[in-house]
Amino acid sequence: MSALRPEENAPARIAEAVLLVVALALGMGGMWMVGYSLEDGLPEGFWTYSIVLAALAFTTHIVLRLRAPYADQVILPAVVLLNSVSMAMVLRLDLSPLDMMVGANAPRHIMWSAIGILLACAIIFVIRDHRSLRRLTYTAMIVGIVLVVLPLVPGLGREINGAQIWIFIGPFSLQPAEFAKIAFAVFFAGYLVANRDTLALAGKKFLGLQLPRLRDLGPILIVWAVSLAVLIGEKDLGTSLLFFGLFVGMLYLATDRVGWIVIGLTMFAAGAVVAWSIFSHVQARVDVWLDPLNPDLYDREFGSSYQIVQGLFGMAHGGMFGAGWGEGYSDRVPFAYSDFIYAALGEELGLTGLLAILLIYLVIVQRGLRHAVGVRDGFGKLLAGGLAFVMALQLFVVVGGITRIIPLTGLTLPFIAQGGSSLLANWIVIALLLRISDAARRPSALPTRGALADPAPAMGGGDAIEVGGAGPVQAGTEAGAGRGTTPDEATQIVRGVDR
Amino acid sequence: MNATLRRLSTIVMAMFLSLMVATTWIQFVSAGDLNEDPRNFRNIYSELGRDRGPIVVGGEPIVTSEPVDDNFKYQRTYSGGDAGAAAVYAPLTGFFAVTGTYTGLERYANGYLGGEDDSLWLDRLQNLITGEEAQGSSVELTIDPKVQKAAWDALGDYTGAAVALDPKTGAILAMVSKPSFDPNTIAVHDAAEATAAYNQLLNENPQVNTVDGSERFSAYGPTVNRAINALYPPGSTFKLLTSAAAIEYEGMSPDTSIPAPDIYQLPGTSDANGQVQNFGGETCSGTGEMTLKDALKISCNTAFTGLADEVGKDGMQQMFQDFGFTDSIDIPMSTSIGEYPGLSENAKDDADARIALSGMGQGDLRLTPLQVAMISAAVANDGDLMEPYLIESVRDSDLELVSQTKPNRYKSPFSSSTAEALTEMMVSVVNDDGGTGAGAQIPGVQVAGKTGTAEDDPRSPTLWFTSFAPADDPQVAVAVVLENEGQSTNESTGGALASPIAAKIMQAAIAQ
Repeated sequence: MSALRPEENAPARIAEAVLLVVALALGMGGMWMVGYSLEDGLPEGFWTYSIVLAALAFTTHIVLRLRAPYADQVILPAVVLLNSVSMAMVLRLDLSPLDMMVGANAPRHIMWSAIGILLACAIIFVIRDHRSLRRLTYTAMIVGIVLVVLPLVPGLGREINGAQIWIFIGPFSLQPAEFAKIAFAVFFAGYLVANRDTLALAGKKFLGLQLPRLRDLGPILIVWAVSLAVLIGEKDLGTSLLFFGLFVGMLYLATDRVGWIVIGLTMFAAGAVVAWSIFSHVQARVDVWLDPLNPDLYDREFGSSYQIVQGLFGMAHGGMFGAGWGEGYSDRVPFAYSDFIYAALGEELGLTGLLAILLIYLVIVQRGLRHAVGVRDGFGKLLAGGLAFVMALQLFVVVGGITRIIPLTGLTLPFIAQGGSSLLANWIVIALLLRISDAARRPSALPTRGALADPAPAMGGGDAIEVGGAGPVQAGTEAGAGRGTTPDEATQIVRGVDR
Repeated sequence: MNATLRRLSTIVMAMFLSLMVATTWIQFVSAGDLNEDPRNFRNIYSELGRDRGPIVVGGEPIVTSEPVDDNFKYQRTYSGGDAGAAAVYAPLTGFFAVTGTYTGLERYANGYLGGEDDSLWLDRLQNLITGEEAQGSSVELTIDPKVQKAAWDALGDYTGAAVALDPKTGAILAMVSKPSFDPNTIAVHDAAEATAAYNQLLNENPQVNTVDGSERFSAYGPTVNRAINALYPPGSTFKLLTSAAAIEYEGMSPDTSIPAPDIYQLPGTSDANGQVQNFGGETCSGTGEMTLKDALKISCNTAFTGLADEVGKDGMQQMFQDFGFTDSIDIPMSTSIGEYPGLSENAKDDADARIALSGMGQGDLRLTPLQVAMISAAVANDGDLMEPYLIESVRDSDLELVSQTKPNRYKSPFSSSTAEALTEMMVSVVNDDGGTGAGAQIPGVQVAGKTGTAEDDPRSPTLWFTSFAPADDPQVAVAVVLENEGQSTNESTGGALASPIAAKIMQAAIAQ
C-alpha cells in the first residue's frame, strides 16, 4: 500500500480544499433557497445531495493528493461548483409541478454526478501517466467512429426531437457522441504528434497558403466524412461541428498552418450548405435562428421558435440580477433541465450569475490550455489543448445556440445540463486534464521555456535531495509508463524543490 | 506548439467574449423589449401570480383576486362574476387578461393593484425581509355606487355615456358607458378563449340611428369608455363656453342684447351653404335681437354663431384652452383631448366661418362627455375647475393608507362673477317657460343646465344634457350623451331625452 502514501513534500492542496468548501456552500445555498422558495422548507433530499456531493468532492481531493499531488488546484473546485449549482437548478426544476418538467430528475442527476466523479477518481487513480494513452491512438479512432455510428444502428438508436443521437440499452440511454469526442481527442493527439512534421512541411504553396499533400489528407477526410455522417444521418449539427472544430483546432495546434483551418472550415461550410439545402429541419433551424420573434415562425407547428423565444424571455425576465433561486418561471421553457438550462440559470441568477458561470468555464478552459503549454511532451500538449478546446467549443455551440450567435443545436452544457452521458464524459475530460496538469506542474530539473533553470537541488536543503533513494522513491515516481520514449523524459525527475 | 496554444487561447477568449456579449445583449440591452413582448407570459404570470389588490367602491370590493389552483394562482373576478353587475363598472375597471392586455384601472392603476408602485417601497422591503408573498394594494374609487346605479339604469338601452362630478372637488361620482361588456369573459385563464372573447367585443360596435336609414355603426366598441375616450360634437352645450367667453372677454351680461336673426350668413360665405338656421327653421325673436340669457334659454343658433364671431378666434380658442380641453388628464386613465378649429390635428381649418359655427357647438369641434361635464362643474364651482379624479385612496394589504387624493384646482377658465351670470342663465334654461331643459327639473331642487342636439349627418343627431344642482350650493355636475339617438322631431332633442336622465343622476347624488 505504499503507493497510496502521498508523495513527500508535495503540495498539501490546501487551496483546493478551501475552494471546494466555497463551491459546495454555493451549491447547498442554492438548494436551500430553492427549497424555501418553492416548498417553505428544506427540499427533499437536501442533505443527501449535499453529503454525496461533498463526500465525492473530497474523495477526489484526496485521490489527487495521493496520485496527482501537483495537479491544478482550481479546476476541481470550479467543476464541483458547476456541478453543485446544476444540482440546485435541476432540483428546482424537479420540484416544478408542470408536466413539461417531468423529465427533470434530481435523484438521477445526483446519481450520474456521483458516477461521473467516481469515474474521474478511477481514471486519476489508474492512469498514472497520460502518455500511456498514446499507445491507444488507433484504438481510440476506431472506438470513436464506432461510438459515432452507433445511433444509426437500427434497434439501438432512436430519433428523439428530430435528432438521432441516442442509443438505448435496456433502461439506459446514452449519447455516444459525448464519449466519442474524448476518443477523437486521444486519436488526434496521437496521430498528429507522430505526423505533424509531414503535415506541416510537405505540400505546395497556393495563394500564400501552405497546402497539405493529398495523401496526408487521409485522416482529415475520414473525420470530415464522419462528421458529415453525423450531420446527415443523425441530423445533429452541433456534434458534427464539435468533431470538426476539434480536429481543425488540433491540426492547427500541431502544425501552425492556417491553411488547414481554411480547408477545414471550407469543407465544413460546404457540408453545412449541402445539409441546409437538402434538409428542411436544418432550414427550419436557420430560419428560427435568424428571426425567432417572427410570429409565423413562433406559431408554426414544426420547427417553431417557441423554445428559443421562451428561453430569451426567461433570460430577459432574469435581467441583471435574476429572479432568485426558485423565483423565476424557468420551468416554462421546454427542456429547461437539459438543453436550455443556460436560459433557466439566466432567469434565476440573472446576467451576473451567467457571467460568473461563463468565467468559471473560462478558468477551467484557460487552465487546461496553460497546462498544455506547461506539459513537456507533444502528446500531452495536444491532448490537453484539444480537450480544453473541445470544452470551450462545446460551450460556444450550446450557449451560442441559446443566445443566437449560431443556430441552435442539441449539445448540452458540460457539468450543468442533466444527462448521464454528458456528466460522465466531461468528468473524464476533467480527470485527464488534472492528470496532465500534474505532469505539467511536477517540478523538473530541466528548465521550462521562458523560465530560469531551477537552482541546483543541492541548494534546496536536506529534504530536497531524495533522488538517489532506493525503493520508496521508485514507488512514488509517477513517470513509470512510457519513460524514455522522448528526449524530455530521459531526465530523471527531481522532486521536493521548494516551489 | 506553445505558440499555437497561446494563439488558440486567444481564440477561446474571443469565443467566450462573444458569449458574454450575446448574453448581456439579451439580459440587459434588449431585456426591456423582450419583457414587453405580448407573447412573454412571465410578466402576466408574475402579476397574476401575485395577490392583486381589489378595486373598492363604496366600501365594497367590485374587483377581487380569488385564489385558484392553476399556473396563475389567482383569478381576477369582476363583481363576483355577475355579468350584469360587472358591466356597470367595466368601462372603469377595464380587464386584466392573461393575453397581456390590460385596460382601464387594471392598466392605469396597475402599480397600486400589483403592488409595484414606487409609493409601496416600504411594503416591498417588508416583504423582502419577512419573505411574505407580495400583495397588491386596494384602490378605493370616488364612485358613489347609488349614483352609478342610477346613471346605469337611467341610460337604459341607449348608446351613450353619463358622467357625474363633485364640482367642489373634481371627484367622479359616476361614470357610465353603454353598451358595456362583461370583463369576466376576458379574464379567463385560457388565453385562446380570452383572445376570442376580446376579439368578439372589438367587432361589436353598436349600430346607430341614421337620418337616411343607411346602416351605420358607432366608431366606438363596448370596451371603449365613452365618457372619456369618445369624442362627440357637443352641440348646443358648447353655447355655455361661447357665453363664458362673451361675458369674460367682451364684458357682456345675461341681459346684454345680441342679434338673433332668422338666418345667419357665416363670415366669408355668400351662398346658402354658409347659412345657419335655428332648430326647425324657427324664429328666435321677432325683433331680431334678444338677451344673452334668453338666447341660451331657447338655444338660439344664429345668436351664438354671431356671438362666437364677435368674440373672435383668439377669444374662443383661449377659452377652449383655459378649460384644459387641449390636454389629456390622467384620472388615472388617459382622457382624450378635445378638438377645436385651429387647435388640433384633425381641425386645422380655423377660418372665421369655422369659429362662428363653433359658437353653437358644430363644425370641427368635438368633446368628450367628461369635458362637457367639466363645463358645468366650472360654472358650479365659481369658475374654478377642479381636476377630475377617480381614485379616492389607496391602502396597502394591511389596510394602511398609502395615498389619498387631494382635490386639485385644474384650471380657472373664468371669474366667479362670470360663473354667477352663467348659473343664472342655466337656471333659466331649466326653470323658465320656453326653456329647453325643463325635463331636468327636480322637485324642491334648483337645477341649472343646458341641452344640446348636435347634428352628425348622415347619422342621427347626438343628444346632450349637462347640468349641476342645487344651483345655489352645487353638489353634483353631470353630462349625459346619447350617441346618434335623436330624431328630427322636437320630442327627441337633448331636452326631451337626455335631460330626464340627468335629473335622475343628480337626484341620486343629492339624496345622499
